[in-house]
Amino acid sequence: MFLTLLNLFWMFFKIGLFTFGGGYAMIPLIKDELVGGGYITADALINFIGISESTPGPVAVNMATFIGMSQFQDMGIGYALLGAFATTLGVVLPSFIIILLIASLGSKFLESKIVNHAFLGLKPAVIGLIISVSVGLIVHAALPNIDFKSLNFDFSGFNFKGLVILVIVGGVTIFYKKMSPVKIILFSAILGMLIYGLIPW
Amino acid sequence: MKKQHNLFNLFTTFLKIGALTFGGGYAMMPIMRKEVVEKKEWVDDDDILKILIISESTPGVLAVNSATFIGYKIAGFKGSLVATLGVIIPSFITISLISLFIIQFQQLTWVAYAFKGIQAGVAILILKAAMKLSKKIHFNLFAIAILVFSMLFALFMNVSVIYLLLIGAVLGIVYGFLIHVKEAKTDVSNPS
Repeated sequence: MFLTLLNLFWMFFKIGLFTFGGGYAMIPLIKDELVGGGYITADALINFIGISESTPGPVAVNMATFIGMSQFQDMGIGYALLGAFATTLGVVLPSFIIILLIASLGSKFLESKIVNHAFLGLKPAVIGLIISVSVGLIVHAALPNIDFKSLNFDFSGFNFKGLVILVIVGGVTIFYKKMSPVKIILFSAILGMLIYGLIPW
Repeated sequence: MKKQHNLFNLFTTFLKIGALTFGGGYAMMPIMRKEVVEKKEWVDDDDILKILIISESTPGVLAVNSATFIGYKIAGFKGSLVATLGVIIPSFITISLISLFIIQFQQLTWVAYAFKGIQAGVAILILKAAMKLSKKIHFNLFAIAILVFSMLFALFMNVSVIYLLLIGAVLGIVYGFLIHVKEAKTDVSNPS
């Protein structure tokens, strides 16, 4: 129990420390550490992202709290809250410490050439990672049996309804560029209910 | 500047900012600016700009970065602690409550359908985020190569994302150094 808590804290500390560019940049890391480590399923992670986007507060904190709560839910609310505390503290602490150091010591270090150069490589790497997550999700929505990591291109189980929802949501967001994340999530939820619930085949 | 402030006031202001923003990060900045610059006059627009620049070049959560920075600026360590707590407590409470009920909810057929739809919405949102971020970088051959390689490695290989980020940073430093050397050389060969 204590070890699991410590482990959760440490995983989210790492996630907070390596998140460059906001909540979305965290998703590849969470997927790697928590889905890869068997703490949550890939589907649960997507649901967590959906809910974190449509509830108030920073997405990063929402996701950390959510995943922490999910870990000890069977043991009662007290333990679940303890899990949430460990993950939330973990994800917040790197930001807190780094900004505290900068606010008290000054930001000279950030103006150094080395930091600027590192970002020349870091930024495109982050974008590549985020694209890889969305490509994985988009393919999974239509072709759930394809597994990129084991190079298993199994086209069976083609999900036509999944593809239809993807095309509609994608099309609408291209048309209405300013649509907020909350509205996109709500729209796709309603679409899911209509297409899976009302269309019989 | 720095009108009356006390720790409690700082806490409630950031509590409000945390409770009123959806999406966090950049979506939060207009509300934060309105509260701490216009209403409370604790910091000015230069400080907000400074926070954004610092956040661009440090890891972590933008909402926490801003709260820590502004809190420290107006009341030292205690201020940073109180402001950070304020900005995360609404999330913590809302999400704790939701997650207590979500498992029961998810067993309802219609809720399960809704979440199937949400999966597509999340996929699109993440793609949009990547596109938005890519507007902030200058695309040359080096950047495109790093982007494509990190994408392919993350998609097809079992390699830790953290290593991919570290490799990106190291290659960036090497590339920046090489550019620097090249510029120095052309300066020497073409003394103008």
